[in-house]
Amino acid sequence: MSRKTIDLWVGIFAVLGIAAIFFLSLRVSTVQTSSGAPYTVYTWFDNIGGLKVRAPVKSSGVVVGRVAAIRLDTQKYRAEVTLAIDPAYPFPRDTVAAILTSGLLGEQYVGLNPGGEEDMLAAGDTITMTQSAVVLENLISQFLYNSAANGNSNSGGDSSQP
Amino acid sequence: MMDWLVTPLRHIGARIINAIWRLGFILRFFAALLLVSGQSFTRLHLTLREIWFTGVLSLSIIMVSGLFIGMVLGLQGYEILQRFGSGDALGIMVALSLARELGPVVAGLLFASRAGSAVTAEIGLMKATEQLQAMDMMAVNPLARVAAPRFWGGVISMPLLAAIFSTAGVFGGWLIGVVVIGVDHGSFWSQMQASVDFRIDIVNGFIKSVVFALAVSLIAVFEGYDCHPTAEGVSRAITRTVVQSALTILALDFVLTSFMFRGLS
Repeated sequence: MSRKTIDLWVGIFAVLGIAAIFFLSLRVSTVQTSSGAPYTVYTWFDNIGGLKVRAPVKSSGVVVGRVAAIRLDTQKYRAEVTLAIDPAYPFPRDTVAAILTSGLLGEQYVGLNPGGEEDMLAAGDTITMTQSAVVLENLISQFLYNSAANGNSNSGGDSSQP
Repeated sequence: MMDWLVTPLRHIGARIINAIWRLGFILRFFAALLLVSGQSFTRLHLTLREIWFTGVLSLSIIMVSGLFIGMVLGLQGYEILQRFGSGDALGIMVALSLARELGPVVAGLLFASRAGSAVTAEIGLMKATEQLQAMDMMAVNPLARVAAPRFWGGVISMPLLAAIFSTAGVFGGWLIGVVVIGVDHGSFWSQMQASVDFRIDIVNGFIKSVVFALAVSLIAVFEGYDCHPTAEGVSRAITRTVVQSALTILALDFVLTSFMFRGLS
């Protein structure tokens, strides 16, 4: 094998390998494309349920950002959630942030419901109106208490009947 | 009097000390290799020849096994995903398992047994036939002339082979999933693209393959350089290369995975 053929084959090999890397990065995965540095907005929730860092932030189902950080604020004892939002999507000041679940068993995400105000949220602002995650256990226990209370009053009425 | 107790203990102790001694030796060898590896880039054709030898000649086995692994992933993955009514997510499963784990690990194992063993055999035979000594006599540093180009050739070609392996695997999964079983073409690719993250999955997989390449190439070159210069010694060195490379790859994979992918979601 002469040196020239070896060079040729190594060249072909390198082209194949680099093409494979490009295929993996462009066709298989998504490079995070955004129109600049995201702006951060703070929100407080009573309960974040199973929300995770890097969970999507969606508005009308479109991903507009990511959850950047979650921590417990020990002054208010509420969860402080930092959202990093794409600067291509400005939101009004009276936007409502809610923690929602995609599908029955899907991941949790932050849904933004824009209000009607003229002023837009700037970096470092706070979304004051929030809606916590629905915790299934609380829902079920509430339902059970209610039905138990109803059942008691009903059975009380029933027992006097016969 | 306590021979039944002392002798096995002594054996174990000797083994452990030997293993630690070899670890120190291989690290010293690595440092010496790095010091003389300038030449393998100034005289590039030496390294290019090794890339041809370890990379180009491994292409066929890497592509064929990648294709088959992707096809198996397509079949098995569809079988399981369909139970949960999410056969469309097949693309995610194939791409994630290839990019994160199977690509670097299986390509590394194949590379160790296909190219690493050949490098060990070559250097070992050179040592057994006293070619390395002859080079030393002619004031040619065998570490710079023989070992370093083989090391860097392996380090360069192995990550490329891993990327080609993953690509062939994704293609194999597509072949079975979309063409044979009939998963929707659009959702196969779009769900894959939505769930595979460039930074987390592709880049971390690539880092893994670079680490494995360093480990396998170092072990292959070192074992060849260190073998007993006899026919038996060479054959033992080849066995050690394959076994130690496999163990090192799997252990490193665990460590890297626990660093990279723990607590992500």
